[in-house]
Amino acid sequence: MNHIGEEQLVLFYYGESGESAAIEGHLEECETCRDEFRALQRVLNTVDSAPVPERGPEYGSQVWQRIEKRVGHRPGRNFMHWWIWAPAMAVLVIGAFLAGRLSYRTQRPGGPATVAVSNQQIRERILLVAVGDHLERSQMVLAELSNAPEGKGKLDISDERQMAADLLDDNRLYRQTAASTGEKGVASVLDDLETVLMEIAHSPSEVSNQQLDDLRQQIQERGLLFKVRVLGSQAREQESEPVARKDKEGKKL
Amino acid sequence: MEAGGAVERAQSGDSDAFRLLVEQHSRAVFRLAFRMTGNEQDAEDVVQETFLRAYRQLGKYEARSSFSTWLYRIASNYSLDLIRMRKRHEDKRERGKADERDILQTLPVNTPGPDRILYSSQVQERVNEALNELSAQERTAFVLRHFEGLSIDEIGETLGTGTNATKHSIFRAVQKLRRSLEPVVTTAR
Repeated sequence: MNHIGEEQLVLFYYGESGESAAIEGHLEECETCRDEFRALQRVLNTVDSAPVPERGPEYGSQVWQRIEKRVGHRPGRNFMHWWIWAPAMAVLVIGAFLAGRLSYRTQRPGGPATVAVSNQQIRERILLVAVGDHLERSQMVLAELSNAPEGKGKLDISDERQMAADLLDDNRLYRQTAASTGEKGVASVLDDLETVLMEIAHSPSEVSNQQLDDLRQQIQERGLLFKVRVLGSQAREQESEPVARKDKEGKKL
Repeated sequence: MEAGGAVERAQSGDSDAFRLLVEQHSRAVFRLAFRMTGNEQDAEDVVQETFLRAYRQLGKYEARSSFSTWLYRIASNYSLDLIRMRKRHEDKRERGKADERDILQTLPVNTPGPDRILYSSQVQERVNEALNELSAQERTAFVLRHFEGLSIDEIGETLGTGTNATKHSIFRAVQKLRRSLEPVVTTAR
C-alpha cells in the first residue's frame, strides 16, 4: 500500500480525515508512516507547550470596566441601513421645516417678541445626531491608516478597505441630506470624507509604503481627521444637549 | 445561544445586556488573542478593541453564525492587523533571531537543571517565532483549528474563505511549523 501523504496525516491528527479507520490500520502496519505521524505529533504537541496567561472569573467585569465609558448609547439594529432610517430622517427633516415655519411663539415682559426654536437649529441637530456614529466609524479608519507604521513589506489594509466601502453609501446619503438641508459645513466635511473613503475602498488589499503615504497625504492635506473629530464631538454634544431657544436675532435665551 | 437573548437586547441598545456578553466571552477572546499575538499586552488591546468594534457593529450581526464565532472573526482580524504592524518594527528582532537559533542548536541533549529550564523557555520562544513566520491567513486558520478546536468548516465560515482554502492554510501552517520546530524537537528527545 502507498504511504500516507502529509496532508492526510494532518487531517487525521485533527480528527478531520474521512478515512480515519483506513489510516489507523495503515499506521499499525507501516513503520515509515508511523514515524512520520509521530514526528508530526511531536511538533504539534510542542506548539501546545507555549502557556497562555490565566485570566480569572472576574476578568470579564474588568474588561467591561475598561470599555464601559466608551460604550455610549448605541442605535438599535440595522441603524446604518439607509432604507430603514432614510424615511424617518425625511419625516424629521420635514417636521423640522414645518416647525421652523410655524415657529414657537411666546410673550415676554416689555412687549411682544417672537421666540423660536429655529428651523436651522433643529435641522443641524437632527443631522449631527444621525451622523455621529458614522463619523466615529470613519474616524477609526482614518486613524488606523494615519498611525500605521511603515515597514519593509506591504501593509494589509483589507479591514480598513472593507470598512471604507461599507461607510461610503451612508456617507453619500448623509452628504446629500446635509447639502439639501443647507448644512454647508457638514456637507463640506462629508464631501472631503467621501473622496478619501473612496480612495481607501478602491485601494489594493495590501499597499506599499508609497501607496500608504499617498493615502495619508490625502487625509492630512484636507485636515480630515481633525475635521471629523470636531464634527463628531459636536454631534455627541448635540445628542446630549437640549435645543437652545434663540430670539429673532439668533441670540441664545 | 446566549443567555436570556442578551444579543437581541444588546442590539436594541441595552448596554446591560452587552455587559453580560462581555463578561461571558472575555476570557475566550483573551485566550484566542494571546495565541494570535503571543503577547499579553497586545492580547489585552485585542480584547478591548474586539468588544468596542463588536458594540459599534452590533446592528450588522445576524444570527446566522453564533455570537462567539462572530466575535472570533473580529478578534482574529484585529489580531492579524496588529501582528502585521508589529512585524514592521521587528527588523532588530529578525537580526537577533539567527543568534538565538545558534544558541538552541548548541544546547546539549539531556541538559540538566537550569539549562533545561532555559531550553524550555527557548523552545517556547521558538514556537512563538515559528507562529510569527506564518502568513496572516495561515496563522488565523491554524490557531482556530489547533488551539480553539473549531472544525475546518467552521473556520472557513468564520473567515469567509471556504473549506478548501482553509484546509490548505492549515496544511501550509503545519508544514512551516514542522520545518521550524523539528530541529528543536529532535534535539529535545
